[in-house]
Formats: sequence, structure tokens, C-alpha cells
Amino acid sequence: MKDQNVMGKSSKVIEVDKIAVRFSGDSGDGMQLTGTLFSQTSAVYGNDISTFPDFPADIRAPQGTIGGVSGFQVHFGRGVSTPGDQTDVLVAMNPAALKANARFMKPGGTIVLDVDSFDRKGLEKAGYKTDDPITEDQLDGYNLIKAPITTLTKESVKELELDNKSVLRSKNMFALGLVYWLFNRPIAHTQAYIKTKFGKNPAIMQANLLVLQAGFDYGNNIQAMTPSYHVSPSENRKGIYRNLNGNTAAAWGLLLASEKSGLPLFLGSYPITPATEILQELAARKDLGVKVFQAEDEIAGVCTAIGASYSGALGVTSTSGPGLALKTEAIGLAVMAELPLVVVNVQRGGPSTGLPTKTEQSDLLQALFGRNGESPVVVMAASTPVNCFDYAFYAAKIALEHMIPVILLTDGFLANGTQQWRVPDEGDFPVIELPRTRQKTGEFKPYLRSEDKLNRDWVVPGMKGYEHRIGGLEKDAVTGNISHDGPNHHLMVSLRQQKLERVAHFVPELEVVGDASADLLVVGWGGTFGHLYAAVEALNKEGRKVALAHFNYINPLPLNTAELLGRYKKIVVCELNMGQFAGFLRMKHPQFSYEQFNKVQGQPFTVQELKEQFVKLMEA
Amino acid sequence: MSEVQEYTFVDFKSALNVRWCPGCGDHAILNTVQKAMAELQLKPEEVVVVSGIGCSSRFTYYMSTFGFHTIHGRGSAIASGVKVARPDLKVWHITGDGDALAIGGNHFIHTVRRNVDLNIILFNNQIYGLTKGQYSPTSKHGFVSKSSPFGTVEQPFRPGELTLGARGHFFARTVDRELKLCVDVFKAADRFEGTSVVEVLQNCVIFNDKTHQAITDKEFKDDRTILLEHGKPMIFGKNRDKGLMLEGLTLKVVQLGVNGVEEKDLLVHDAECTDSTMHLKLATMEYPEFPVALGVIRSVKGAVYNRDVEAQIQEVQQNSSVKSFRDLATRGNVWEVK
Repeated sequence: MKDQNVMGKSSKVIEVDKIAVRFSGDSGDGMQLTGTLFSQTSAVYGNDISTFPDFPADIRAPQGTIGGVSGFQVHFGRGVSTPGDQTDVLVAMNPAALKANARFMKPGGTIVLDVDSFDRKGLEKAGYKTDDPITEDQLDGYNLIKAPITTLTKESVKELELDNKSVLRSKNMFALGLVYWLFNRPIAHTQAYIKTKFGKNPAIMQANLLVLQAGFDYGNNIQAMTPSYHVSPSENRKGIYRNLNGNTAAAWGLLLASEKSGLPLFLGSYPITPATEILQELAARKDLGVKVFQAEDEIAGVCTAIGASYSGALGVTSTSGPGLALKTEAIGLAVMAELPLVVVNVQRGGPSTGLPTKTEQSDLLQALFGRNGESPVVVMAASTPVNCFDYAFYAAKIALEHMIPVILLTDGFLANGTQQWRVPDEGDFPVIELPRTRQKTGEFKPYLRSEDKLNRDWVVPGMKGYEHRIGGLEKDAVTGNISHDGPNHHLMVSLRQQKLERVAHFVPELEVVGDASADLLVVGWGGTFGHLYAAVEALNKEGRKVALAHFNYINPLPLNTAELLGRYKKIVVCELNMGQFAGFLRMKHPQFSYEQFNKVQGQPFTVQELKEQFVKLMEA
Repeated sequence: MSEVQEYTFVDFKSALNVRWCPGCGDHAILNTVQKAMAELQLKPEEVVVVSGIGCSSRFTYYMSTFGFHTIHGRGSAIASGVKVARPDLKVWHITGDGDALAIGGNHFIHTVRRNVDLNIILFNNQIYGLTKGQYSPTSKHGFVSKSSPFGTVEQPFRPGELTLGARGHFFARTVDRELKLCVDVFKAADRFEGTSVVEVLQNCVIFNDKTHQAITDKEFKDDRTILLEHGKPMIFGKNRDKGLMLEGLTLKVVQLGVNGVEEKDLLVHDAECTDSTMHLKLATMEYPEFPVALGVIRSVKGAVYNRDVEAQIQEVQQNSSVKSFRDLATRGNVWEVK
């Protein structure tokens, strides 16, 4: 490799609004932790952050190969809404990491390499044909920081007399220290983390602290050769903040709903990628009285939740696409019995086993229509990692207050991505009011409905004088007794549909962001919000007349949907599927014509491809 | 009895007309469950009856308690949810051989394995009645039915064997027409903490009439069944002159007074023995080689899922500083913007 570092110049500081850093190495190199620590420090410093981990589906792929590369991208700064299409600064711990990520580099960006791993063997494993990966991957013109990370890590801890394995495991801290220097970030937050994490193992703690410092000092010593960055902090509201990923956010939203409704939370679930973390997070929440039932299968997961709901708990099940398919019949039972139920479906690539670790939005039609009979359920979708919290809360609120199953759609991208999150104040979320019965004892009619929501009363076992029987058979519209009467069935089917439609009166109207007099309306739903927003914002800055309407409530659609869609000359519906929401809009509002932009590659949209698409549509 | 009984069996009857076929064994099971509940002085508002799908599962509607008629095979999962969420309730799960052992087999074995405190009443008529006569997972090999016109070519499950294989703690067997035995067994099942599986040999008068007749008919039943009672010798027969002994590792029917066999030589039933080996032998005895065992075959105390869930929550709560959602959200890696 040719040394491109030039000595003797003073350090240049680059001012930017936002920047994307990607930490990349072998599965065992600790890149997820490194990225997480860096994003925490950035958030503490006052930046907006958005992160996306990109790890292999195999638990232990062969070392040093592209299949084993684990990456973690952090996008931080002011007004950050996506993890970033491209990487400004890449940390590559080995040749495979460089090979895997070279194509995502922003031209002119910075690449930090551990030159110690760029030997013949490492290059071969990564699939490089020559000894010069920079030329081979056409990376000339980038700022290269070729740091002997492995050597310097060993050097900095040699007095501790640790075994070789422990020494090598701390080299991620060297990279982290160096990146902190690059961005003028203090290392104190990470020092505090290391002290807590390794408190019981002083030698390891000491090693990590020394290596972190060594990385930072290394940056200081080579500053002459490389630019550093100043990234603008954003102006955040006062409050307590933390970083949160979508799955934890969803779990926590349910915890708040439990508290605000006064009902114990019951989760029946079965492990499935990428939803498992919800199960794990809630299983750890016995301190808050959560009951988690790891069931024998997906069906028992939802069935135990329905049983819990029947007996008066907040019943929830979490899953991903194949699991939702298995829960189908039981969700129909909750529709028929008119019981509250929350189903959190973290979408992944399908059909069948599909792409378990990749993101997609292809369960929408399954959520809307994947049941036998006329079987309406509320369908909602979170649109950022942290608003999984809000929508999980509101999914529970709607389910409990309207006595109806709610399917909340998130996706692999939201589930694993993190953002900074402001801990809500007491008054930020409303109390959940349960439809407890006002009927007299001894005359209870389980299917008598309220006038506003058309929901039935919630009576739970133990209430003397209210004993009654419900089930999956059609029932008389008032008494709830089994009824096979044709006109009664027609009435009940209509009532269940109307009950669903009433929900629209209790959810916010759709809002449009971007140019008020736009020619093109971009329509999206769920996890694509960040990318659509960034693309529309960028085009608005360029003077393009484009706006965004992003849906979180899908069934029922917000009341002002038609009025809003009618304001624009051209509508394009963008989804990570083949056009499921576009089809639903055509069914509900056939008076408009919808263009589509679809992608099913297991990856989010890129802002760049969206911009290009929108410009093309506007110029068409 | 001088005690004032708050509830009688009538208090457990709903207003609906019972619509099982005349002569169906289900009527007797319904009556005896209601009688058992009255004798146990259960409170109707604290009883939840959960059923799946099938003739037996209509049971729910005929009870004046809380009831949930659910979907095919999933009753034990739904009942588990009810009990785990609300351990204060008495949860009875009514099911059949198709519901519990075919479509619901997975939920059945896992419920038994966890030992959730449920009373599972398994109506075994060896046929699908509601769909009008197809063979079930307990139909005997070669059984001719609408879906096996040339006889089945599959081996049946034996509910007791399956229950014990799933590490069941309580298994009993009774016969629909043995009213007193039904009441006794249902009461024992309710008093047992854990999953109590009661197999009821039930007659389907329309599609599988007399399927159990060879053992349940008044004329033969004393010679072809044995009522097992904890702590008592295993004697049976019209003249109480037959018994069970162990020969090597197998059971053997013996005649008292023949070859010097006396009552003291007979096996004594120990329903509470943790080792299930003998219970398995007893539960799988089949006529004509053996008498069919009735009564409580196994009743062994063990860890109960719903009780342990409560205990674990209590223990964690005592040792945790997280008392509210806000405590959780504001601890750990947080920072403040002022």
C-alpha cells in the first residue's frame, strides 16, 4: 500500500450539519458496541442521531470474510431523519470490512483502516486480487488514516500482562478513541461506561480505558495529516434523554399503556426475528409486574394473550410475518368476541421464511385482510424507531377503549435502528379509559353497544351477577346468545365494521409536510418516513414543489384522507413492497390516480433514489 | 350435613336449552360437573369454562358461570392465558379427543408440561361427532368411519399415556354413565393444584354408539374395569375376587385364592408416587388383557406454572428499585438537556 499521509500541515476542521460514520469489522470485533457507544456520546453532546446495525444472519460466519462483516452506521448532527444513504467516515477493522463497504462511501470521505490486518492472508480472505485494495476498489482521493491499530493496542497495554485474546478484544476501543478525536468528542461518557461495565474485572477495565485513550491520543498526534469535523448540535427540548431502538420503544409503549390503564400487561409470544427483542425486553420487566408467556408456538402466543385479555389484562402478542400468518384464526376470534388485543408485527422480507434479518413492508395486506370472514381490525404503523413507543401506546389505548384487536406494524429497520428519545412527561400521554359496564347485575347483555364508539362493555370474570358466555360463533346483536339468523348476522357484520370506522373519529387527522402548494404529493406509511422526509426536505431546499403525507393510521384511514389527497395534481405512493398501500388507497378512494414507487431488496429506500424518482415524476 | 350450602347444582345451569343429541354421554358429564361444582361450593362468578370446538365444547353455553367458547384446539392455550393472568379464577377446560389430541395436541402437551392449574375434562368418544363421523386420534386401528371406509391404518393415542409422557401430574379416568365416579373425580381434579387431566369415556349415540360398551356395560363393567383408590389394594370383579400383581416388570391379573394368592399379595395403589412408571402401566391397561383403570391414577404435587410466575414477580419486585415506568425510563444511560 502506498502511504498517502502527508506530514507537516495543520489540522483542517470541516463544518457539517450531519455526518454518517460506519464502524465495520468482523462479527467478533465488537462493532455493534462501538457504534452504540459512539451514538450515545453524540446524543449526549446534543446531536440528533439515527443508527442502523447491519449484521450477518449467521451467528458465526467465517472470520475475515465478507459474509462475516458486522457494521453499525451512526448518522448524527442536526435534523437527522435517516441512518444515512452513504458513509462519510468508515472504520474498517479488516480488508473484508473495507471490501463490503467501499461502495457505500461518499466520494471524498474518510477511511480509517487497521493496517495491521491488511496482510496477504487478510486481503485474500476478503477477495482482493492485489496487494493494493485502495486502487482495486478505486478509493484514491479519499482521506485515508492508516493506523496500526492492532500494534498500538498491544503496545498500550503491554504492562498489564493480559492474554492475547483479551488484548485483541479491546482494539475496538482504539478505533472508537480515534473517531472521538476526529469529531472533537470527549471520551468521558465512554470512560464512565467502561468503568461500570468492567467494574468487576479491573484488568480488563484498565485495558479498555488505556486503549481508548491511546486511540484518542493517536488522533491528536497525527492531526497534522487529517481533517477533523465539527458537527452541529440540534436544539432539543428540555428533558431527560436516552437512545432507544424500535423494539424496546414498542415494548416500553406497552408498559406505559399498562400503567395508564391500570391493567397488568400480559405478553404471549414466540421468538421470531426481528421481533424477539420485544419478548426479551418485557420478560425482564417483572419489576413492573409484566407477565410474559413464552408459548409453544405462535398460535399459543396469541391465544394466551386473548385468554389474558378475556380475564381483564392488557393482552399483547408480538411477532413477524410468518407468525402473523399462524395467528390469523385467533385474531378472528378476538374480532368476533370483541376483545381488546394488541398484535405487534415487526415486518421482515417475505414470503415464507424470506429474508428474516432484512426489512420490508409486505405484511400490510395480510394485516388488513388476512383472516376468514368479514374480519375488520385496526391497522396502524410506526414510522420512526422512537415513535414505536407512541404507536404501541396508542395501539393499546384503541384496543382497550374500542374493544377491538389492533395490529401495529413496525419493521426490521425500525426495530433495530436507534434514535435519541426524550422521556415523556406525566401529561404527554393520556389516561386510558376502560369501557367498564354500567349495566345492572343479573341483566347483563354482553353485546349492547355504546353510542359513540359502538363498543361493547368489558365485563371480566369475578364480577358477580355478570356471568355470561361468549365465543367465536355468531351471536344475537343484544343478548349475545348463539344466533344463526341471517339478518342478525348481516347486522353484526355491519356493526363490527362500523365499530372499526368509528375509530377514525378518535385519531388525529393526516398532516402534510413540505411545500404547501406542491405539485407532487409523496405518500408513504410506516418505516419509510425518515427517508421520504429527507428526500422531500432536500427537494424543497432545491425549490421543488413536493410535499409528503405519511400515514400512521391505515385502517381506518384518517377522516381527512380524501380531502387531502384531492389537493394535489400528482400522487406517488412509495413502499417497500409491490404496491400494497397503493392498492388499498385505490380501493378506498378510487377517484384519484396513484403513481407507485416500490422496492423489495430487503433494504430501506435511499434518499438519493427517492429524489431522482420524484424529480422524474415532476418533470414527466 | 348441617352446613348451609350457598349453591346447588341448579345454580350452575344456564337458561339455554341443552341441544346435544338425546342419549349423548355429554348430558351426564354436564350434570356431574355441575354437581361437583356445587359440592365444592365454587362461586359461579369465579369459574371460567373455556372450550375449543366440537360437540363437547358446546358445554360452555350450558353453564351459568363465565364461559369462553373459543377455536378448534386452542382451548388449553386460551385457558392458560386466563389462569396465568388471573390465578384467583377456577378455570375448567372442556375438550374432546379431536380438539385436544389432534388439532390441539401441541397446546395440550405443553399445558400439561407446564402444569398450569387447570381442570381439563377430555371427552373421549373416539370419533368426530360435530362433523358427522370421521375417525379421531383415539379411534382404534382399523376403525371404519366415513373418512376411513376401509378401516384406519394409524395407531391411536392413549390419553393417559400422552399425559404422563408430557410429564403430567394428575390423570384420572371415568365413564359418562358412572355418575358418582364422575362427581368424585371432578372434585379431585379441582382440588388438585396443577393441570388435572380427566379422560371421560363418553358415548356418541349417533356416530360411534357403544364404542366403550365392552367395558362400561353394567353387565361386564365390574369384571372389565378396576376402580383405583389411593392406598387401597387393586381388587376388582363382580365378586371382588380378582386383583393386580406385578410379575417382573409387567402387571398381571390374578385370581384371589388361586395358587395361594391373597389380598396382601396384591398391588396397593399409590397415586402420589412421583415415579410415573406404575401409573403409566395402569393408565395403559386395555381390555381384554386387563381391566381398564378408572379413578384417580396419578395425583402428584409439583411446581405449578401460574404460582411460580406470581412468586417470581414478587421476588423481583421486592429487590427492584423500578416501581414505575418513569423509574425504568430515567435510569441507566440517560442525559439531561437543560
